Amino acid sequence: MKPLRRTLLKYRGHPGSFAVMLLVLLSAVLTVGVLFSLLGYILIRGIPQLTPSLFSLTYTTENVSMLPAILNTVTMTALSLLLAVPLGVGSAIYLVEYAKRGNRLVELVRLTAETLSGIPSIVYGLFGYLFFVIACKMGNSLLSGILTLTIMILPLIMRTTEEALKSVPDAYREGSFGLGAGRLRTVFCIVLPSAAPGILAGVILGIGRIVGETAALIYTSGTVAGVPKSLMGSGRTLAVHMYALLSEGFYTEQAYATAVVLLVMVVGINTLSAMVAKRVSVR
Amino acid sequence: MRQPKESLMRVVFLFCACTSILAVVLICIFLFAGGLPAMQEIGIGNFLLGLRWKPTNGLYGIFPMIVGSLYVTAGAILIGVPTGVLCAVFLARFCPARLYRILKPVTELLAGIPSVVYGFFGLVIIVPMMQRIFGGGGKSVLTASLLLGIMILPTIIGVSESAIRAVPESYYEGALALGATHERSVFCAVLPAARSGILAGVVLGVGRAIGEAMAVSMVAGNQPVIPESLLSGVRTLTANVVLEMGYAQDLHREALIATAVVLFVFILLINISFSLLKRRDET
Repeated sequence: MKPLRRTLLKYRGHPGSFAVMLLVLLSAVLTVGVLFSLLGYILIRGIPQLTPSLFSLTYTTENVSMLPAILNTVTMTALSLLLAVPLGVGSAIYLVEYAKRGNRLVELVRLTAETLSGIPSIVYGLFGYLFFVIACKMGNSLLSGILTLTIMILPLIMRTTEEALKSVPDAYREGSFGLGAGRLRTVFCIVLPSAAPGILAGVILGIGRIVGETAALIYTSGTVAGVPKSLMGSGRTLAVHMYALLSEGFYTEQAYATAVVLLVMVVGINTLSAMVAKRVSVR
Repeated sequence: MRQPKESLMRVVFLFCACTSILAVVLICIFLFAGGLPAMQEIGIGNFLLGLRWKPTNGLYGIFPMIVGSLYVTAGAILIGVPTGVLCAVFLARFCPARLYRILKPVTELLAGIPSVVYGFFGLVIIVPMMQRIFGGGGKSVLTASLLLGIMILPTIIGVSESAIRAVPESYYEGALALGATHERSVFCAVLPAARSGILAGVVLGVGRAIGEAMAVSMVAGNQPVIPESLLSGVRTLTANVVLEMGYAQDLHREALIATAVVLFVFILLINISFSLLKRRDET
């Protein structure tokens, strides 16, 4: 234990510093401890509950299958991204590549995007309910949920894309212009491909937010447990499914199993995003 | 030579950039149009300062919920900020590089865990723990604060860490050269310089805590009265909307939308102070 003793000797005559060091260590241990106890507890209790019947195609009150909810999650994620990614990337392109410096509109767009990213999901849910469900007469449907989610992840995609575009060196653009390419061609053939990993990392984070979302969805896409026939039908995602199981109160075991699936999805999505982002920084 | 495609795409990108402005405008219009009439009908004083929430008797006072939200948020800050900032100090200044490669993704993972899963964790771990320690139902201000404190950790850690890392190395080295210990240099030279960045992180954390709906509604007990002690149940603004929106009718429904308006105004104030802090940080 020689290194330990040497470390301790360093603090002789500095009891305050020693105490502070212990506090710092303690809070780091606490943070990690909380995460691991959460993951550990849910995985240990939940994995035994994962029975094949929980993945059957239909939901009944005897067998609260989560497969319909998983299918709904996939549909809603894919369609929300289909809307949010072009919009978010497009607006980031405008902000970075087209707008002139100090443009009033740019400042307004940044301000509103910042505002959007601070709005809590329950407020999005309520807005989606008032606007899409009632004013646009879409009813409780996947479509209302998808549109609400689109607005919700738009600022995230915008911000990450903006940063990715900004990190592309100006020499690339100048080179492209020098070879006679127009602005559009420069953006699509030169800037976007080199910003792609950064954009992708943002998109994956967006997927993570959609998969974990509940508050914005219970009053927009509703809580019907099956897979709807069309986008105009109501259906619940996996996170909403878990909330519904918990609030019904009879299905704690199944809630554990759902939590495991959710956690695995989220951890997977996070790892993927980190890997993609690392490739950016390596380059 | 200007090509029509170039100017067309320019307009398309401009349109994309305007969607976030449109979204903010729509959200404001629909929330305020949905909530303000109810406020007028109930009376702004009766609504904001009324002590009783009994929709069946026509009493719509949300003061207990405002106080509840403030209590729970304050509790979350008291628990989350010291732990988060110290953990950020550990990550930025104490952590060996090898450990950092594990710890950093771990703190990021905390941010990705869905709020239902946090709520579930609170329900099956923190609530029984509170029951064992303090007796009673276990769903209380303290439980909700603790859970929210955990939930805002990743926000605070992330923002604080980058603020600490942005402080020039010379501050730290200068303090060391004057004979200060490592801890003293970090806490007396580096941290004060990172102050406004850390404060921005705290403000962001406040925004997250006050807007969190699902997890809080699962562990707070949800009695719509001003809590008498740390161990009595509490209902937040968000929980009020989540719990009752499903079955509310007419004025009750509008009162819930008005509750969301109050929450929205809180969030706007927090957002404004966040961007002011950030601007000060940049200059």
